[in-house]
Amino acid sequence: MNSIEVKELKKEYDGVPAVKGISFDVKQGEIFGFLGPNGAGKSTTIKMLSTLISPSSGSALVNEFDIILNKDDVRKSIGLVFQDPSLDDRLSAYENLRFHAELYGVERDDFIERVEEVMTLVELWDRRNDIVRGYSGGMKRRLEIARGLLHYPKVLFLDEPTIGLDPQTRSHIWSYLIKLQKNFGMTIFMTTHYMNEAEYCDRIAIIDGGLIVALDTPENLKSKVGGDVVTIKTKEINKIKEEVSVFSPNSVKDVDGGIQIEIKDGKTFLPKLFAQNKFLIDSVELRQPTIDDVFLKITGKQIREEGASAADIMRRQFKARGR
Amino acid sequence: MIHFLKSVRTIWMREIIRFWRDKPRIISTAFQPIMFLVVFGFGFRQILAKSNFGIDFIQFVYPGIIAMNVMGIAFFSSISTVWDREFGFLKEILVAPVSRVSIVVGKIAGAATVATLQALILLILAPFLGVPLSVAVVVNLIIFMVLLSFAIAGLGLLIASLMTTTESFSVVMQVLFFPMFFLSGAFFPLTQVPYWMEILSKIDPLTYGVDAFRQIILGQEAQVVETIKNISLNTPLIDGLILVAFFIIFIIPATLNFNKGE
Ligand SMILES: Nc1ncnc2c1ncn2[C@@H]1O[C@H](COP(=O)(O)OP(=O)(O)OP(=O)(O)O)[C@@H](O)[C@H]1O
Ligand SMILES: [Mg+2]
Repeated sequence: MNSIEVKELKKEYDGVPAVKGISFDVKQGEIFGFLGPNGAGKSTTIKMLSTLISPSSGSALVNEFDIILNKDDVRKSIGLVFQDPSLDDRLSAYENLRFHAELYGVERDDFIERVEEVMTLVELWDRRNDIVRGYSGGMKRRLEIARGLLHYPKVLFLDEPTIGLDPQTRSHIWSYLIKLQKNFGMTIFMTTHYMNEAEYCDRIAIIDGGLIVALDTPENLKSKVGGDVVTIKTKEINKIKEEVSVFSPNSVKDVDGGIQIEIKDGKTFLPKLFAQNKFLIDSVELRQPTIDDVFLKITGKQIREEGASAADIMRRQFKARGR
Repeated sequence: MIHFLKSVRTIWMREIIRFWRDKPRIISTAFQPIMFLVVFGFGFRQILAKSNFGIDFIQFVYPGIIAMNVMGIAFFSSISTVWDREFGFLKEILVAPVSRVSIVVGKIAGAATVATLQALILLILAPFLGVPLSVAVVVNLIIFMVLLSFAIAGLGLLIASLMTTTESFSVVMQVLFFPMFFLSGAFFPLTQVPYWMEILSKIDPLTYGVDAFRQIILGQEAQVVETIKNISLNTPLIDGLILVAFFIIFIIPATLNFNKGE
C-alpha cells in the first residue's frame, strides 16, 4: 500500500513556479527523504501535502485521502513538524501538547498516557511545566517532534527536523524515529540536508529547482557515482591526470589543489598508480561515495552543508525572538 | 458538533490562559481608561456644570469610557491572531482537523471574554462617581459587553485575517481606533451633531455599545432618566440586535479568508 501518491503536483507563487510538476509514491512504513538545496521546493511540497496550501495543479493522496477534496481526513491522519518554530511560547510545554491533543480529538485518558510517553522520549518530561519561552532552541525542536507524534499519525512529515540540534540529540531522535517506524509501521516523510541523515532513509528523492532529478535507495544512488572517490592533492595535476587515464576511471574532476577521481575498486587502484610513478603528492584520500557525491554528480552543485545551515539556525532564532 | 464545541473551547481556553499570565498587561490596560476619565471628566466638568446639560459630565462619559475599554481590548486581543501567524503558531492551528469556523469563533470568544473581564474592573469606580449599581445592572451590562466585544473582535479578526505582520495590523487599528471612539457618542450626545457626523456614527459599532451602556448604567437614577432618554438613539434591545448584525457581517469574510489557507 502507498501512504502518499503524488501526481504532477505544481505550485506557483504569483506566477513564479516553486514546484514544477512532481510525481512519486511513498510506501507505507517507509522513511522517505527529500533532499535539495535552498529554495528547491521541499517545504512547498510538504505544505501542499499537509493541506496548508493548495496546489496550483496536479493531485495527491495521503493515506488514500485527496489533499484537495478531503482536507479534514488528511489532517486527521498526519503529524507535522514545521521547518519554522510553531509553539506557543507563553504556554508551558504540557499545555502546548494538551492544546494539540484536544484539537486532534485525543481522548483525555489516552492523552495522559501518551503525553508522558512522548515527552519522556524527547527527555522533556521533567521540564513539562516550564513555559516554552525558557526552553533552548533544541528543547523547542524536541517538543515539536513530541507534539507531532502525540496523536499517533499514520504519516509523519518532518521539515528539517533536526536543524539546530547537536549531533547527540540528532542521533537520539533518529533512533526514536526508526523505532516508531518499526513498531507502528509509521510512514515518515522528511526533508534534510544533513548527508548522514539521508543514509537513514529507505529511499531518497533529490529535488532541484522544483523538479525531482533522482529517486532511489541510498545504495543505488551511490552506485550511480561509479565506484570509490579518490582525492589526490598535488601540484603536478596534468602529469597525474595522464597516468590516471590509463586505469580508465569513471570520471576525473579538478578540485581545489588537486583532482578527484571516481573509480571502481579504489583500494587496489592506488597502490598500482603509485607503484609505477613518482609524483610529488600533498595528500591522498580514499572513501566510499556519499549522498553528497551523488548530489554533486546529479545537480552539479554542492548541497549546502554547514554554511547554509548556520543561516537557517539564525533564521529560527530570529523568528523565535521577541514578542 | 461535539468536536466543534470542544475545539472552540480549546482555542478559547488558550486565549484566557495567555491573558491571565500577563498580569502587568491587565493592570496597565485598566490604567488608561481611568486616566481618560479623570482628565476629561474633571476637565470638562466645570464648564459643563454651568450649562443646562442636565447630567454630571463624569457620569455621562463613564459608560462611554467603559465601552472604549471594551473596544480597545477586543481589538487588541485580535492581534493575537496576527502574532500567531508571525510566530508560526497559526500553522499548528490551521493544519489541525478542526473546522475553520470553530477557529474563528474560539478566537472571538476569547477576545470577548478578556474584554469583558477587563472592563468589569472599571465598575469598581462606580461608587466614587456616584453611580449606583445593582446586580441586575451588572448582569445586563455583561451581556452588552459581550455583544460589543463580539462585534469589535469580529472586525479585528477580519482585519487580522488580511494582515500578515503585527506592524500593519497596529497601523490599521490606530487609524480606526480614535475616529471610532470620538464618533461613538462617548463624549457628546449624537442627537445634535451635523448630518455627516451622524452618518459616520451610525456605521460605527461602538456607537451602539455606548448607547446601550449608558442607558443601562445611568437609567437607574431618577434625576437623569429623562435626559438619558432624550439623548439615546435606540432601546438597548435594538442596540444589541445591531451589534449582532455587525458581528455577522464581519465574521463571514473573516472565516472565508482563513479558509483560503496560509
Ligand atoms: N509564500 C511564498 N511566496 C512566494 N514565494 C515563495 C513562498 N514560499 C516559498 N516561495 C518560493 O518558492 C521556492 C521554494 O521554496 P521552499 O520553501 O519550498 O524551498 P525549500 O526547498 O524548503 O528550501 P529550504 O531548504 O531553504 O527550506 C523558493 O524560491 C521560495 O522563494
Ligand atoms: Mg524548506
